[in-house]
Amino acid sequence: MSLVTKSFGLLLGSLAIMPVLSAQSLRVCADPGNLPYSDVQKQGFENRIAALIARDLNEELHYFWFPQRDNFFRKTINQGLCDVVMGVPVGMKGLETTRSYYRSSYVFVTRKDQDLRISSFDDPRLRSLKIGVHVLSEQGDSLPPVYALTSRGITKNLVGISIFGNLNEKDPSTDLLKAVADKQVDVAVVWGPLAGYFAQHSPVPLSLTPVVEGPREQSLPFHFEIAIGVRRDETALRDALDAELERRRGEIAKILQSYGVPQPNIPSSSSDIRKSEVCGY
Amino acid sequence: MDRMIKTLRYAGTFAATTLLLSGSSIAIAQSNGMTTNVPGAMSNVHIVSPVADGQWTMPAGDYGNTRYSPLDKINTGNVQNLHVVGTVSTGIPHGHEGAPLVVGSTLYIVTPYPDNLIALDLSKPGFPQKWIFEPNPDITSVGIACCDVVNRGASYADGKIIYNTLDAHTVAVDANTGKLVWKTQVGDIHFGETTTMAPVVARNVVIVGNSGGELGVRGQLTGLDVKTGKILWKAYSTGSDADVKIGSDFHPFYAKDRGKDLGLSTWTPGQWKLGGGTIWGWVSYDPELNLIYYGTGNPGVWNEDMRPGDNKWSITIWARDPVTGMAKWAYQVEPHDGFDYDEIMENVLIDMPWHGKMRKLLVHPGRTGFVFVMDRETGELLSAEKFEPVTWANGFDLKTGVVDTNASMQTHFGKYSKGICPSSTGAKEFVPSSFSPKTGYLYIPAHNTCMDYEGTAVNYIAGTPYLGASVRMYPGPGGYQGEFIAWDVANARKVWSIKDPDLPVYSGVLTTGGDLAFYGTMEGWFRAVDTKTGKILWQFKTGSGIVGNPMTFTGPDGKQYVAIYSGVGGWMGATALPSVSTDDPYAALGVVGAMKQIKAKTQPGDMLYVFGY
Repeated sequence: MSLVTKSFGLLLGSLAIMPVLSAQSLRVCADPGNLPYSDVQKQGFENRIAALIARDLNEELHYFWFPQRDNFFRKTINQGLCDVVMGVPVGMKGLETTRSYYRSSYVFVTRKDQDLRISSFDDPRLRSLKIGVHVLSEQGDSLPPVYALTSRGITKNLVGISIFGNLNEKDPSTDLLKAVADKQVDVAVVWGPLAGYFAQHSPVPLSLTPVVEGPREQSLPFHFEIAIGVRRDETALRDALDAELERRRGEIAKILQSYGVPQPNIPSSSSDIRKSEVCGY
Repeated sequence: MDRMIKTLRYAGTFAATTLLLSGSSIAIAQSNGMTTNVPGAMSNVHIVSPVADGQWTMPAGDYGNTRYSPLDKINTGNVQNLHVVGTVSTGIPHGHEGAPLVVGSTLYIVTPYPDNLIALDLSKPGFPQKWIFEPNPDITSVGIACCDVVNRGASYADGKIIYNTLDAHTVAVDANTGKLVWKTQVGDIHFGETTTMAPVVARNVVIVGNSGGELGVRGQLTGLDVKTGKILWKAYSTGSDADVKIGSDFHPFYAKDRGKDLGLSTWTPGQWKLGGGTIWGWVSYDPELNLIYYGTGNPGVWNEDMRPGDNKWSITIWARDPVTGMAKWAYQVEPHDGFDYDEIMENVLIDMPWHGKMRKLLVHPGRTGFVFVMDRETGELLSAEKFEPVTWANGFDLKTGVVDTNASMQTHFGKYSKGICPSSTGAKEFVPSSFSPKTGYLYIPAHNTCMDYEGTAVNYIAGTPYLGASVRMYPGPGGYQGEFIAWDVANARKVWSIKDPDLPVYSGVLTTGGDLAFYGTMEGWFRAVDTKTGKILWQFKTGSGIVGNPMTFTGPDGKQYVAIYSGVGGWMGATALPSVSTDDPYAALGVVGAMKQIKAKTQPGDMLYVFGY
């Protein structure tokens, strides 16, 4: 089935919601204020990549903007309000994902003048330094740095900062990086693309060191393959996007580089995620 | 007009209460005047007056949260004649929790988001609409609410209908004209805070709690002036004693709950700011002791490895002065929760003999699977008995108040904890029970679900990928999932129950002087049960699953009526809504695994049903 026919089928299915769209459209659900990924001015790298793909496929690009908080997928793509979500991890639960178009890792972020160069959770200095981490509560989960630290008994010097922040703020997830720059914490452990972009623009020079996964982190990956998410039954759309991602591999890499996305070349167990996790459902 | 007289009489009782208390010691051991032995009640069983005798002016009908009405024109002898006398659609097919109010000859409905207030004229055939008030809450709140966009109802006081909107505001609307009198912001949706609970008005103070524990919101209770909406005090669930409003008059019964600034010291530094303990359930009030009672929700963040310590004051039952907001006592039911067991359930106030001595009791059927009986003057735990299968804990030490937890059930990242009962939805959700002083039984809407806290799955939020834990819920042992229980309070035992094989019982309960208990099923059956025997005497299939609370009133024609919302939704019920796939057992915070049957059994609805005889 061609992508055009597929989109038309989707359109019929969601007439009540978006009646004015042409059949040839690529509908993207995205956060309206979460740079470097996306924002309503379409300045994020995911906006750029989506535009590149839509142009190639000769489709009009339409956005459905919605903050990426709890139930984002349930309230957007899984209600048919769009066809794709950019930048989700390969094997993401509840979605079908394309091939990976980049791979990044969590990084330790410190102020350059401190020259700390921390790259492992077993670094003894982590027992005394003030460590900033993102916290969330979706489905009872925490981000991998929280597990790595708490499982080593490092809790008293942890500073939890909400990844959701205040919706009124510009790019609330950057609060954690501001905490490093403002000396509220000595080190933060942050997902690479966010840290890389913020470091590019930070008035206080920052150092980024990718997390090196030790033996304790075997079941807790810090590296993730990133893909485009589609609804589970949209295999034709997924295949079309796969081909497109392969064709534009070079341009996409340039876009990511210009946003400072760290793409460390560290061997990782997470490349098996798609295989191991998808069969769980 | 006779309705107005009733209103005045009610107001008069209240004024008398205030007068009586101001001049004398409030620690009166003997029930006198303020609690009442209603006609037909067991001897020595007293409940807080006034009871819901014709009108329904507050969320539970009465301050004591018995949800008992002495009305008996509909009774075991004629309930077979009960039939629909009116239906009203709200046009919003989401979870219809809570109950309408009846004041005089007007019935008031608060809808789910956008939280419209609809006034119906009970004096005319078909109950025509008098007016509709539209508060237009901020739509951002819809993206934030964890578990459907519900509202649990309103209170009537000072000529106003007072309720909360999803975007963390409290509104007061003139009960006659439908015009806004005041509107006050009580929280900030931009930090993930919403308001879904039904406020209660005690001593001219409107008591409001917040929701959003799933987002690491800090729980808080707000007291507002009923006249102006001005904020009089705020009592947080975490932080310093000053923030929690703990002062020299705070006397917890147990040593474990005593100490300075426990809301700070039982957390890792700073974590209390995201500490949860939200207050989204029911508030009761004892006018004689001048204390409000409520419970707090789960600690934030959900992952327990992140927050070593007792995490006070999450999952705690509180007694406070409604005028000053100051705490009188507190009892933390479960320290350092790892299961999302909010204890925001109703606290039912009953005076009755306990082991031969007259006691002022607080009865709390908990999400944790225990019925807690406490002395509401002191906070002493008198009994904690299981009412559904429970594996997370073995029991409670009544001398120390400490729970005996089952270590193998504790949740940690990378650990597979299997067979935790009850699941996070609890042995009972927020849907309130009812106590009949005629039988001495508490009628509990219960669930039987367990969960596995298991494995790992790739997830993503706000641009960030991670491997997280998954929760899968499923029906518990015994071949049933819902249970409507008659619980003998004095003897702490189940007397009879009605089991539902496929779905939880997720509706509130009403008991009446006609020896009837009313409740609804998630499939949509609305039932009248004999309070003594548990025999289903009458039932009617409404259009959608029932997650609201039944109520009763006397109409302008002098006849008794019973009303219920039919509109499935809420956390468990949202699995019936089209946007949730029941194919994914981990969807809707894992609850879908326990709700496989729901889409085959019911569809969304938006209807008020009124029944007469």
